[in-house]
Order: sequence, then structure tokens, then C-alpha cells
Amino acid sequence: MTTDMHAPMDMDTPLLTAESLTKFYGARLGCRDIGFELFPGEVLAVVGESGSGKSTLLKLLSGQLEPSGGRVLYRMRDGVTRDILALSEAERRFLFRTDWGFVHQHAELGLRMGVSAGANVGERLMAVGWRHYGRIREEAESWLERVEIDPSRIDDRPTAYSGGMRQRLQIARNLVTAPRLVFMDEPTGGLDVSVQARLLDLVRGLVADLGLAAIVVTHDLAVARLLSHRILVMKDGRAIETGLTDQVLDDPREPYTQLLVSSILQP
Amino acid sequence: MTAPLLDIRDLAKTFTMHLQDGLVIPVVSGVSLTVQPGECVVLGGPSGAGKSSILKMIYGNYRADSGAIRVAAEDGETVDVASAAPRRVLALRRTTIGYVSQFLRVIPRVPALAVVAEAATAFGIDRDDAERRARDLLTLLNVPERLWSLPPATFSGGEQQRVNIARGFIADHPILLLDEPTASLDARNRAAVVELIETKKRAGTAIVGIFHDDDVRERVASRIVDVTRFAAAAA
Repeated sequence: MTTDMHAPMDMDTPLLTAESLTKFYGARLGCRDIGFELFPGEVLAVVGESGSGKSTLLKLLSGQLEPSGGRVLYRMRDGVTRDILALSEAERRFLFRTDWGFVHQHAELGLRMGVSAGANVGERLMAVGWRHYGRIREEAESWLERVEIDPSRIDDRPTAYSGGMRQRLQIARNLVTAPRLVFMDEPTGGLDVSVQARLLDLVRGLVADLGLAAIVVTHDLAVARLLSHRILVMKDGRAIETGLTDQVLDDPREPYTQLLVSSILQP
Repeated sequence: MTAPLLDIRDLAKTFTMHLQDGLVIPVVSGVSLTVQPGECVVLGGPSGAGKSSILKMIYGNYRADSGAIRVAAEDGETVDVASAAPRRVLALRRTTIGYVSQFLRVIPRVPALAVVAEAATAFGIDRDDAERRARDLLTLLNVPERLWSLPPATFSGGEQQRVNIARGFIADHPILLLDEPTASLDARNRAAVVELIETKKRAGTAIVGIFHDDDVRERVASRIVDVTRFAAAAA
């Protein structure tokens, strides 16, 4: 349909494809037969209670765990789609440092607590070849501002930050390399409600402004409602219902999804 | 006769309440209607007749059990909302189908003016024009300027509803769905909404609406479709 030179980003080809992903821990099922496509700029929420296989799925998708069956395909920046398990270790590390972000529930897992906030952000830039100290510091400052951290706190260590600030710093550290895909594991878990609202609004704005694709694991349907376009409901390791987020939450079809939706006051 | 922008065929919907022993609640069946450019089709009938459910199915917010909802999309193709992939439905909402819900879903911290303008930039209108339109609409709907920079969470019900209407009318979607936009508005603001609807009709927008006040309904309706004729038989 379009005749111009090839677009910088093909929006109609999946960025990530999961094909019948299955994981057994010995005899115990982690997750079974999960398949979906994620397109550039799309946010998918994976919801379900603890033990439903959400975290296993996230580890499989991000190549941190080897599946018992199925595969994950990812379209690299050069446009070539690759099986992530077939990547070399160097290629996978490159993905993690640049094209992917991973926001952990516990910010301590995603940050280096022993170095300054500026170094936490700058480290990812150095990993992609930035060398000029002044420029790195400038970029780090601008990212601290973007996540609403006073740049005068740039030399403090994250140990001196509150929970909400640590989480925002973790987000800055992940987004500074302009990734195309961010994995988030309960990004607001454990934060006070008012801190959650601020973080959610910030993430929502950044995801939209930067055109990020994201896979957000959460047990909180309000988080799914605010952040995601599509939703995948997991129970006992299986995807039992999937669709547009507002459709699944407003017109849930499966008994378990109806139970989830009716168990909260105002999704 | 021009081609309809919206063509609904034999649409049916039931709710199955699994938490109540699988109780099946019939909503509507055999819903068929078409809407031409510039037409405002008003859904009539008592509450509980399924009017809102029909609007929600057209928007893809509720799933249809069977039938088709054919929409003339921006790219010239006809898309069936009832069977389209989620990302196709999202694209339709961006480019083709606007929706004014009964209540504003408030987003923490986003000021009213941005809430409204955002709906225009999502449609593809540039930021300056979006802001200009947002100001015009908020003025027309009598939302005091001192509120524009505040998040609507603390506004009164009527003020929130007017922000919601501005948000729904700001873009140029060829199809517009209105779910009781004038509920909780006073006469002056009802008149402003009627004016907005008339402007959209003249611009060729196809509108499907639900209105509880008779005077608004009489003034905007090209025709009224009584939804009770689509009553689904109890299972």
C-alpha cells in the first residue's frame, strides 16, 4: 500500500512471538502452551494470582529460562526475526542492555545499590558505547527529571532513596537506551497507593511517548486497565482468556475471569 | 443512497454468569440496523432493554455472541468489529469510531485540558490544533477556565461529564457513539451538546445515541429505533 522507502519500524510485523511455550519444573507445570504475538507499541498485561505461571512466562519470554517446549521469536533491530534461544550469549546480552528493559518488582534487583543514581543510569549508556563523561551525566540528569527525581540527587546511592524513587530510577535506567520492549514484573507491587498512582501515570506517559512495547505481569487489574491494550488471563499455568483489556474486564467470559473481576471494588 | 458507515446484521448477546450457577441472561438478539453519513439513529426503549450493550458491542467493549458489525474503516476496507483482531479494533477506535461513555474514567494527575486534547492527538491531529480545539470545546461546554489545568478527579459529576463530552467530540471520527451524554446536564449545557451533535451531523458523521431526555431526543434524532423489538427470548 505504501510506496515510500521502507519504514524505520514495521508496525505490522510482530516484534515478539510466543509459540506454544511450555515449562515443566520436573513433574510440576510452570506454564503450558502459551502463544501470542506482540506488535510494536503494544502493551500486553499478564494477569492471574500467584502461582498461576505469570513469572515463569515472563522468564521464558525474556530468555532467562529455557522452555520445555515451544519457542520465542524476536525481531531484532536489523529487521531479522530470530529465535531467542538460538542467539549467542553476546547477542542476548546486547538485547538486554539496549533493546530490552526489565523492570523488577523489587528495585534492588534491577539496580546496583552500591553506586550512585547517575552511575546506575550511565552504566547502560556506557554499555552501548557512550564514552564522554559530561554527556553521560547530562543524559542521566535529563532522565532523572523525566522520572521526576530531583537531579540534585544524582550522586546519591539508591539506598538513600524511597521505594517509589527507587522504582522510578529503575525505570530511567531501563529506558535510557531507548529499548523497544520492556518487561515489567509487578512494577507497582509493594508501593503505597499514592506512590503507585504516580508511578503508573508516569509509566503510562512514557510508554505512549516512546512507542514502547511492554509485557506487564501484574495481579492488579487496575494496573492492567490503565497500562495495557491487551490482556492475557492465566490460571494453573494456562492462558484461559485473552482479548482487548477493556473487553475482558468489562465482559469477562471465563468463570475464573469473572471471579477475578468481581473480587475487586472498581477495576 | 450512499453506502452506510455502519451496518449491523443479526447481532445477538447473552451474559453467562458463572458465579451464579451459569445463569444465562439474554440481552438482545436479531439486532439489524444501518447508519448513513449524517444520520443520528437514537436507540429507544426502557432501561434494561439492551441499548447500552448494543453501543458497547459496536465499540468492541462487549463481545457479540453472533452476528456482524460492519464498519467502513479509514483505509476503505470494511471491518467486522464482532470478529476483528484486538489491534484492528484499537485502530478503529483511533481512526473511525468515537465513543462518549456515561462516565469519565479519570486518569490520576492528567489535567482536564490534556485529557481532552489527548483524544485529538490520538486521532492524528497536531498538538497545537488539538489544544485549540480542546479550549474551544471546554468553553462551549461552560467548563470554567480555572479548572482546565486541574485533573478532573475532584470535579463535580456534571463538570466531569462535560470534560468527557469534549473528549468524545474533539476528533473527527466518521462514527460517533453517544451513551447518554446529556444525563446530569442542565438546560444550557444540554443545548450546547445538541449544537455539537448537529454540527457533527452536518459534517457527515454517523451517530448512534442513547438519550433519556425527550426534548434532546426529538431535536437530534433522524430516526428512533425501539430496542424492545430486539428483545432476546429467555433461555
